[in-house]
Amino acid sequence: MTKYIRRAAALCVLLLVALLVNATRVQVFPSRAYDDSPANRRPVIARWAQPRGDIVVDGRPVTGSKDTGEQLRYERTYQDGPLYAPVTGFASQRYGTTLLEHAEDPLLDGSDPLLSFLPLWNDITRDRNAGGEVVTTIDAAAQQAAYLGLGARRGAVAALEPATGRVLALVSRPSYDPGVLSGNGPSVTDAWARLNGDAGKPMLNRAVRQTYPPGSTFKVVTAAAALDTGVITDLDAPTRSPAPYTLPGTTTSLANEVEGCENASLRHAFEWSCNTVFAKLGVDVGLGAMKDTARAFGFNNADLRIPFSVSPSNFDTEMDRAQLALSSIGQYDTRATPLQMAIVTAAVANGGAVRSPYLVERTTTAAGRTVATTSTRTLGQAMNPGTAMRLRELMRGVVEDGTGTNAAIPHATVGGKTGTAQHGIGNSGTPYAWFIGWAQSDDAMEPQVAVAVVVEDAETVRGDISGGGDAAPIAREVMEAVLKSTDHQLR
Amino acid sequence: MTTKAGTTLAADPAEPSPPAVRLPRRRGVEFTLLVVAVLLSVYGYCAVGLAKYGTLPPGAADYGAGLGVLALLAHLAVRLRAPYADPLLLPIAVLLNGLGLVLIHRLDLQTPADQAAPAQLNWSTLGVGLFIVVVALVRDHRVLQRYAYVSVVAALVLLALPILFPPVNGARIWVRIAGFSLQPGEFAKVLLALFFASYLAANRNALAYAGRQIWRFKRLQLPTGRVLGPIVTIWLLSVGVLVLERDLGTSLLFFGLFVILLYVATGRTGWIAVGLLLACVGAVAVGWLEPHVHSRVEDWLHPFASIEAGRGPNQLAQSLFAFAAGGLLGTGLGLGHSILIGFAAKSDFILATAGEELGLAGLSAIFLLYALLVERGYRTGLALRDPFGRLLAIGLASIVALQVFVIAGGVTGLIPLTGMAMPFLAQGGSSVVTNWIIVALLMRLSDSARRQYDGPEATGA
Repeated sequence: MTKYIRRAAALCVLLLVALLVNATRVQVFPSRAYDDSPANRRPVIARWAQPRGDIVVDGRPVTGSKDTGEQLRYERTYQDGPLYAPVTGFASQRYGTTLLEHAEDPLLDGSDPLLSFLPLWNDITRDRNAGGEVVTTIDAAAQQAAYLGLGARRGAVAALEPATGRVLALVSRPSYDPGVLSGNGPSVTDAWARLNGDAGKPMLNRAVRQTYPPGSTFKVVTAAAALDTGVITDLDAPTRSPAPYTLPGTTTSLANEVEGCENASLRHAFEWSCNTVFAKLGVDVGLGAMKDTARAFGFNNADLRIPFSVSPSNFDTEMDRAQLALSSIGQYDTRATPLQMAIVTAAVANGGAVRSPYLVERTTTAAGRTVATTSTRTLGQAMNPGTAMRLRELMRGVVEDGTGTNAAIPHATVGGKTGTAQHGIGNSGTPYAWFIGWAQSDDAMEPQVAVAVVVEDAETVRGDISGGGDAAPIAREVMEAVLKSTDHQLR
Repeated sequence: MTTKAGTTLAADPAEPSPPAVRLPRRRGVEFTLLVVAVLLSVYGYCAVGLAKYGTLPPGAADYGAGLGVLALLAHLAVRLRAPYADPLLLPIAVLLNGLGLVLIHRLDLQTPADQAAPAQLNWSTLGVGLFIVVVALVRDHRVLQRYAYVSVVAALVLLALPILFPPVNGARIWVRIAGFSLQPGEFAKVLLALFFASYLAANRNALAYAGRQIWRFKRLQLPTGRVLGPIVTIWLLSVGVLVLERDLGTSLLFFGLFVILLYVATGRTGWIAVGLLLACVGAVAVGWLEPHVHSRVEDWLHPFASIEAGRGPNQLAQSLFAFAAGGLLGTGLGLGHSILIGFAAKSDFILATAGEELGLAGLSAIFLLYALLVERGYRTGLALRDPFGRLLAIGLASIVALQVFVIAGGVTGLIPLTGMAMPFLAQGGSSVVTNWIIVALLMRLSDSARRQYDGPEATGA
């Protein structure tokens, strides 16, 4: 009998080995189906099991975490939620993440392997690090100024540091409090439905995700192309341009809002925003050079990330001459995000070099060890440095004695360009008021800020809408705020 | 083989006697191991409290004292009545039971409306009480042989009883009286093992050598109808359990147990073939006819089908997620999410909690504890000299082995899932009590095995 008992025991050993081997298969080599299955709640639970890392503006976290004691434990909270919503986005347990919360998600939720000293060890133990911090480039005062400046009006502001590409302000109105989307309850569902149904589209980040016809602000690009190609050599020489201007190959006639544009010099046309002069300039420069310059400024670039994606701005690459004429004054199919127009003015302020805009200064672990730092990157040269210098002169003129006097700041040099972009079928929509500009305090070496402001529905009588009247004061306040804080830093 | 077996056949007990050496009692070893087992359980209890609330749980002292007193009482009973018993069996049982209590308590924390740990502690107390009764009252296991037919009748009654009661979660294995629910099939396992051991010890010669030869080389020999009758009865019984009670696990267990004992008793490989054939016929027939069983097989083959179909994960998928989440070292006690498995998390799927929170390391340790328990049972069977004792020891150990394999294999996706209780670990009063009786009987048997018989040799039937 002993022999058979031993054989039965061998069977038991076989069963044990089968169990151990199978347990190893299930536990140590779990197929991707286990971890990636949407039905597996564990990754979600783990993700919210610890406080999320914070997003920091000017040394102060604008986010927080709240312990709810529920299965998805920590909920996101926001300080000044509507003010920073175009920067932070939301982190919702039900609706996912957007903007910085999305782009820096692995770091914020602690799953980024860079957060740990021993990534391999973490892989084995499957530990999650504490969430890291994202330090933004946002200047709180500029952000505040832009937000208050827009007030109840629909619109957006983007501000950059020209020399580096740091994003100093990113504001979109109307805005919303991302905190109402944190969590799982019925209030979150209601808030989601309400925000999505709102005609004002509060969750749309107009500064980077909405494109507008840039209107006359695009004349900076046209002027750069004209100066770079040598179509214009003397800022003060009269241009041979009629007013009104008949678009080439058509009978459509283009007029100006102001007098004295016929054969005006580039300086005069720029300061007083003569449509006829710039439409003809665009045609004279030609489609090839115009689209090259537009691309060099960043138009038609679908890959821009700051680190979240920016909607590409458009300058058509195939047009007849009439369309080119309209495109050269920022109409027809030409469309730009406010951030794109801030890049345009920053390039002028920075000697023609286009810096890649970025919103994240650096990322750190919860303990403060730096994980990554963003460095300044040059996207390209939009124009010759000499052209940039002359454009600065032209833009200064706009603020000193042109359409943009509302942007003037005492003890500082300010350059700008106004724009009033028509849109809608037969130009039926309320025109968009634009202002782009840059500013340099008298004791600074170079311009410290470039800004673009767009106001969608200025609450003024339609005829009075103008970039100079509606958008320039907002731009001035933003620039002033930046100059003040940089001056403060200088001292 | 025939000649060798034939010569020993005449000389009554089949095996030569082991050398007449009085083995050391090793009760001190047992005591030390018991202290370790209790401390490990209390440590687990504290770990859960620390993980959940950051403080030592207030019940830790009570829990430790309760488990300690139970272990001490059992140890004293063994010292007095079975001093030569195997020193490993009791500590393993205490450790597994203590760990089970920790895991159930840990899951209780997430189901405030359903507290299972206190009841489990009561049942464990009853189990240890019966352990003491068995160790104290059964002076010689050979006495049990007399009750073979009483056992089988009792087992059949117990098995048939749940048919009168409504099914619970698809299986008709429960009896509910006055708020108590019992699984009579659990007790029936021990009684059937007793009957099998007794019957096979008495008839093993007839089974092995009598009857017509249907194959030339004497490989397969059919016994006479008189001897075969009870075997066919048992097969019908297990299929009947399967059909009437929809309890695949118990039926599998009975059948496996019977085949193993038959093989050990007769040494005929042919029986294994017949057994497997019959099992396959039964399983295929039931799989075809019975949707409950059929769906279990489908779930096993495609554990994630319900997710792909948009119906969310089933229990097996949740269980696999839990094991996968545990990985090598586990999340730590109290830090997993195996509660997601749902209603059977504390009973059938308790192993998933162990796998998730203790990891492959902890799970392997638990498997090895069971393996050690089974190994001590087999060792006892080898050391005993009477066929009944041998078969009873092998039978009891095999119950544990098969049950662990069937349920552990089921929840880890190795074989189709069958609802069974992990011995000592899972929530379930009948199960804990039964397993304590099994360990008590193994203690009794090992005491006989390690103690030299003073009286005459056992005479089989």
